[in-house]
Amino acid sequence: MGKALLRDGDVISGAVLAALGLYIFLQAHQWDYSGPDGPGPGFFPTWYGLGMIALSLAMIGQKVRKRALSGLAAGKGAIDWNAATRGFGTWAAFTLSVALYRPLGFTLSFALLTVFIVAVIFRRPLPTALATALGLAAAFYLAFAVALDVALPAGWLGF
Amino acid sequence: MEAVSGLLHGFAVALTPANILWCFVGCFLGTVVGILPGLGPAATIAMLLPLTYNMNPAGGIIMLSGIYYGAKYGGSTTSILLNMPGESSSVVTCLDGYQMARNGRAGAALGIAAIASFIAGTFGVVALSFVAPPIATFALSFSSPEYFALMCLGLSLVVLLAGTSLLKALLAMLLGLWLASIGTDLFTAQARFTFGQASLLGGVEFMLVAIGVFAIAEVLSSIEGGEETQMLPVPKGLRNLLPNMEELKACRFAFLNGSITGFLLGVLPGAGATIASFISYGIEKAVSRHPEKFGTGAPEGVAAPEGANNADTGGALVPLLTLGIPGGSSTAILLSALILWGVRPGSLMMQDNPDVFWGLVASMYLGNVILLLLNLPLVPLFAQILRVPAYILYPGILGISVVGAYSASGRLFDIGLLAGFGLLGWLMGKLKYPAAPLILGFVLGGAMERALRQSLTMSQGDVGVFLSRPISAGMLALAALLLLTPLLGAVNRWRMRAVTQNG
Repeated sequence: MGKALLRDGDVISGAVLAALGLYIFLQAHQWDYSGPDGPGPGFFPTWYGLGMIALSLAMIGQKVRKRALSGLAAGKGAIDWNAATRGFGTWAAFTLSVALYRPLGFTLSFALLTVFIVAVIFRRPLPTALATALGLAAAFYLAFAVALDVALPAGWLGF
Repeated sequence: MEAVSGLLHGFAVALTPANILWCFVGCFLGTVVGILPGLGPAATIAMLLPLTYNMNPAGGIIMLSGIYYGAKYGGSTTSILLNMPGESSSVVTCLDGYQMARNGRAGAALGIAAIASFIAGTFGVVALSFVAPPIATFALSFSSPEYFALMCLGLSLVVLLAGTSLLKALLAMLLGLWLASIGTDLFTAQARFTFGQASLLGGVEFMLVAIGVFAIAEVLSSIEGGEETQMLPVPKGLRNLLPNMEELKACRFAFLNGSITGFLLGVLPGAGATIASFISYGIEKAVSRHPEKFGTGAPEGVAAPEGANNADTGGALVPLLTLGIPGGSSTAILLSALILWGVRPGSLMMQDNPDVFWGLVASMYLGNVILLLLNLPLVPLFAQILRVPAYILYPGILGISVVGAYSASGRLFDIGLLAGFGLLGWLMGKLKYPAAPLILGFVLGGAMERALRQSLTMSQGDVGVFLSRPISAGMLALAALLLLTPLLGAVNRWRMRAVTQNG
């Protein structure tokens, strides 16, 4: 049960939020709780930080108790990371494309991201991916940078 | 007769050529996002918000609100033709709408949905026009303790109906409060939770959270799900989209039921259009002479929920415009938009910004007519949107999200934050944490802390100030009661049933 619990999404997120609550509480402790003019900057965060710790621990406790009482099958409630690969892969590619805005600019980075999504995530042929990327990147550039005069992140090539 | 004179002023604002155009654009975009599964009005409003910075506030809010209520009209199309709701508030429409379509009555189902939406949507706006002024007058007597209590009440209502786990909803709300605290404290200039980043001294931009948690997260979830469905044929020609007399007769009570239920539940922050649609469907089935027909293609099973989810819009704008309390994600983003344009929703909005307040209300009368015209004869055209391949749609949404976020600040740092909030929203969805409490916590967090600190400064630290004032004490007692409601078995069973069916 111990290993299954450690893989449980509620337990993991509860632990993360409890840690965040502790961080908030400790940070707030360094600021004035109250001053001559009333409550200080540490007042409000202290309370919601404590609330976060209490609720996270309650959620973990609830999960442990449920498992102990009903003997939930191992793995139930655990995150299915295999199913999440497509979503996470897309997010990672998106984040990488954001990191490439400085050298490549929005238009080129966005075209590369589109190629990845179409060819790798949706498994379409490379010519389809290239045509989609070219079409979308050109449409964005023309619609926003040219027609609407909206600033897009520019790279070393100047666009 | 403040409402009548206000409405006349509102029509003078709404019927200018520019505002008619913005109303049309909003309704059109709303219909499109309503039809597209995986892209909701909250995400669309968040994405387009930065592009409205330079607009006149009246035109801007008319357009963004058009997206909000237009999506409710469009949401029924996919429910009926694909058995896949375009919006969560159209989930229940699938039950009878899709069955009607399978029985060869797709056109009538689409027609009933559009007519019910029009009748109930208009009822909601009429009710909003006459209910809002007295509430705003009442709210004029509020001071900091009442505002703090009001925000507690709003948040407590939301977390009750936000998901399957009250603990998760509360944790999401606290996360929103924390995000709202990031930046420089306005009372003391103390930098809080900035991790040494100068870019965070001004706080986290609302739209980064909203676009990340809704638009990016929705794209990631949709890509992960990747379902393929078969669309039923769309009838062509207006005649084939009109229900027959027998069907209209069957829907008489459903139009009224949907209108009243939707508006009343819309006024309650947190209840939302989804709950309203389920409740109106339940009422309709309970009073029907043929309850056994529900689920097999009963026209009133389409009319009641579609009416309710549209009347809800007028109701949801009552607390937003008169008290500054949003009842859900879309209205939270509308609140943020108003603040960005320098308009403060609340008791004084009618006096300080009559163009925006009454212009918006009047534009909704016009918007309902535009939506009826768009959704009856043009449904076959809109249905073609469903043929846009997902591999073109999703990169497009990611691109618009980036452009929207970057155009507001011009900082690449913000795009990095956007990616972070996208991951947060996606993980929250996977772990079944509702996003709405996070957004509401974020939107209300700053004002809530300010009201709390002002109140305690006023009372020299005495928390009794919240209990010694009758309105504040009443609202806090109601908030506490609502938070304790899950402990009452029967009420919680009803709540869980509504939420589970919703999901």
